[in-house]
Amino acid sequence: MSALPEHQFDDIEQQYDAAYSGMWIFLSTEVLFFGGVFFAYVIYRSTYYDAFAEGSRELSVFLGGLNTGVLLCSSLFMALAVHAAQRGRNKQLIRYLIITELIGALFLGIKFLEYYKHYKEHLIPGLNFSYPGENASQMQLFMVFYFILTGMHAVHMLVGLGVLSALAILAYRGKFSSHYYNPVDIGGLYWHFVDIVWVFIFPLLYLVKRTGG
Amino acid sequence: MSEHIVPPKTYLSVWAALLVLLGATVGFAYLPLGPIHVVAALTIAFAKAVLIALFFMHVKYKNRLVLVFVCAGLFWLAIMFALSLGDYLTRSWLPRPTVWISVPDSRRGF
Repeated sequence: MSALPEHQFDDIEQQYDAAYSGMWIFLSTEVLFFGGVFFAYVIYRSTYYDAFAEGSRELSVFLGGLNTGVLLCSSLFMALAVHAAQRGRNKQLIRYLIITELIGALFLGIKFLEYYKHYKEHLIPGLNFSYPGENASQMQLFMVFYFILTGMHAVHMLVGLGVLSALAILAYRGKFSSHYYNPVDIGGLYWHFVDIVWVFIFPLLYLVKRTGG
Repeated sequence: MSEHIVPPKTYLSVWAALLVLLGATVGFAYLPLGPIHVVAALTIAFAKAVLIALFFMHVKYKNRLVLVFVCAGLFWLAIMFALSLGDYLTRSWLPRPTVWISVPDSRRGF
């Protein structure tokens, strides 16, 4: 790959900024995609606050918090991967991309474990939901939001894993250098964004009301 | 390329700060704070998002035009929340038109 820009750009830096800004436009649509569900969640949570607090206590803060930490670690390695690309250290780049992917897979594994627990506890709406108490149907609504939000997030993680795999293969074929690493940076933006989404999902779903006070 | 290269040390500090904030978020949830819970949780989440965007996503090192693109999503999200909440939160402010009286309260939503 040469450091020459495509012919519609003045210089390589402009081309780089165009790609970076374009990715943020896509991320803006993602903000609104998740934002719509978050908004619906806010409305129903304030309407059925007690039931949502009850539902939140059915989730494991330990597993959710652990997963948040796991994702933050994966973001660190993604940032380091971009750094390696900027420095033109190809082997390091591939290594960091794979570590990022492994940590991302660990996140999905823990998530799957949580889903399995919900299955055993009969908390999956539409499949086997049964919950004692008068708030059962509102609590079911909470679980619907839980599965939609975490499920959509998990799908984004899968897409992210695909993106990182593609980047790792391209890096293995020697497509990147310290002059050309745009795709790594842009792919990183996506990965970090999915991390940010989880940063909001975690307190909103897992920590609705943990104390009496 | 004149691209700013962030030293790995910065990434490590940001990562450590993020983990501290994660601990704070969980810790606050167990303190008896009452209605401040959700404010604390969202403030911390927002702080984490800003840290990730500024450093991991390099927004801090970009020019202002790029910043416009970055803020566009937040801007539109704010419009959606402001206008929609403007509807939901103000529904009970005015008396219902008499033709609606037959609708039971449970059907009125928020």
